[in-house]
Amino acid sequence: MKRIFIREEFCINCRLCEVYCIVQNSKTRNILKAYKGEYPKPQPRVRVEEKGHLSFALQCRHCEDAPCLEACLTGAMGRDPSTDAVLCDEERCVGCWMCIMVCPFGVIRRNREGRRVISKCNLCQGEIIPVCVKNCPNEAIVYEEER
Amino acid sequence: MNYLIIGAGPAGSAAAEAIREVDSEGTITMISEEPLALYAKPLITDLLAQKIQRTQIIWKGENFCSAHRIHLQTGKRAIRLDIPRREVVVNRGERIGYDRLLIATGGRPIALSIPGVELPGVFSFTRLSDADALAQFVRSRKAKSAVVIGGGMIGLKATEALLEQGLEVSIVEMADRLLAATFDRPASSIVEEALQKKGCQVFLQNTATQILSGRSGQVEGVMLRDRKKLPCHLVIVAIGVTPNIDLAREATISCHRGIRVDSTMQTSQDGIYAAGDCCEMQDFFGAGPRVIAIWPNAVRQGKVAGHNMAGQKDRYEGSLAMNAVEIGGVATVSVGMTDPEGEGYEIRKIWNPQKSIYKKLVLKEEVIVGAIFVEDMDRAGIYTGLIRNRIPVSDFKEHLLKEDFGLIYLPQAFRKHLVTGEGMEV
Repeated sequence: MKRIFIREEFCINCRLCEVYCIVQNSKTRNILKAYKGEYPKPQPRVRVEEKGHLSFALQCRHCEDAPCLEACLTGAMGRDPSTDAVLCDEERCVGCWMCIMVCPFGVIRRNREGRRVISKCNLCQGEIIPVCVKNCPNEAIVYEEER
Repeated sequence: MNYLIIGAGPAGSAAAEAIREVDSEGTITMISEEPLALYAKPLITDLLAQKIQRTQIIWKGENFCSAHRIHLQTGKRAIRLDIPRREVVVNRGERIGYDRLLIATGGRPIALSIPGVELPGVFSFTRLSDADALAQFVRSRKAKSAVVIGGGMIGLKATEALLEQGLEVSIVEMADRLLAATFDRPASSIVEEALQKKGCQVFLQNTATQILSGRSGQVEGVMLRDRKKLPCHLVIVAIGVTPNIDLAREATISCHRGIRVDSTMQTSQDGIYAAGDCCEMQDFFGAGPRVIAIWPNAVRQGKVAGHNMAGQKDRYEGSLAMNAVEIGGVATVSVGMTDPEGEGYEIRKIWNPQKSIYKKLVLKEEVIVGAIFVEDMDRAGIYTGLIRNRIPVSDFKEHLLKEDFGLIYLPQAFRKHLVTGEGMEV
């Protein structure tokens, strides 16, 4: 499958990935409305971590042996048979937070935008390239076939 | 190869899936004594709270059995194992043969032996039938108040559902805290306060000694050890679950509290495996053997059992106690040894009662062995990962509980291994 690979040495901590992720997950898909007109404000599914000069963007790794899949008791968390992406069906999620408890990357969060469900990267279903990758100015995250 | 799985819970279904990964030819038969199989028992809370549709409790989806070619037989109770003939006797004397057997019979609620437990209006809360009977009772009796005996995971979930239904609820717990398996006192106190704000009373270090009935034979209240009377219309008994081991024990398979298994999930009998809430083994820290009856462990054990049954070597790492629960609007995650007794433990914590934020880490020999997160819990899984991978934290110990703590503080080699896209073994 295609995955997002992180190249921390190229990250310039501009956080454009977070901005585009917010817009992608907003109702209006309009940057000004997403930031100023939508309440609650959409959450980014990608997160830039920083420490001194080091930074990198981190989102769901769509693990091969995904602990969230084992912990999910509703069947909401599942693997897409065509892309192998780990996706959450929000209709089935009840917000038990079991996946949050076991994700070693800490990339699943409580969704603060509405119903009690989780929020995570879905590799921008429907897009050819995830928006965080597409808009990264320095190829600090790349979307490639697994090496 | 004929595979037979007794039980259709998370362990049984994970095993069936794992067998199918390895063996596309073999016959997989799964029997369940309940009329409805493959549903998620924890979701009966959400069903009772009317947060989900009835169809949503089928967690693996309707076509799970056809997709994996599993012969599912519901309403069939395994009565006896005939090990020499490699057969399981089910109700009405029918026999089902096997080459490899998995016992995934789960647990059953521990019975409370006090006067009045047989009254109508006293319920356990582990099966769909319990939730249905309870919902029916609340409607027909127009029940307004309940006492939940037991402040563990099931008791708390039942409390939450009843509160959402508008009932007044009191919890009675024997220990000095709620969720005694993975909470410490401060974590419990935050949750207690949140519950009290919702009108729920919490009685700790106390037990029910009698369930009181009125003239009509209906539940009227619960008498506590300290002679306090709690008036109520219904009682939920949730003092724990005990492994269903009768089948195994009567067949002279080695059992203690649960069915004994090795790290491949095999029992003392060759070709017979056990997984999920019915079995016991050394825990993740090498203590025990003990039973840690939680969902993710059951799935993992089922998977390991399934692989080994089908001939692919796999090993179970040992169970780690953990709970994720949101109650009274307070979200919590608690993992491992959170309140250990004895020497050699280092405790690090942050407590902000105003914001209900509490974070605690327990370290031993520079490795995290326990963690509690109250409210600020969205990245708690990172710590679960550090526990599971036994990562020494000496180099970044000072940063562990900082607000911006993340993968970036981890040793570069380990971080690279994580973020280069390889799945991490956990």
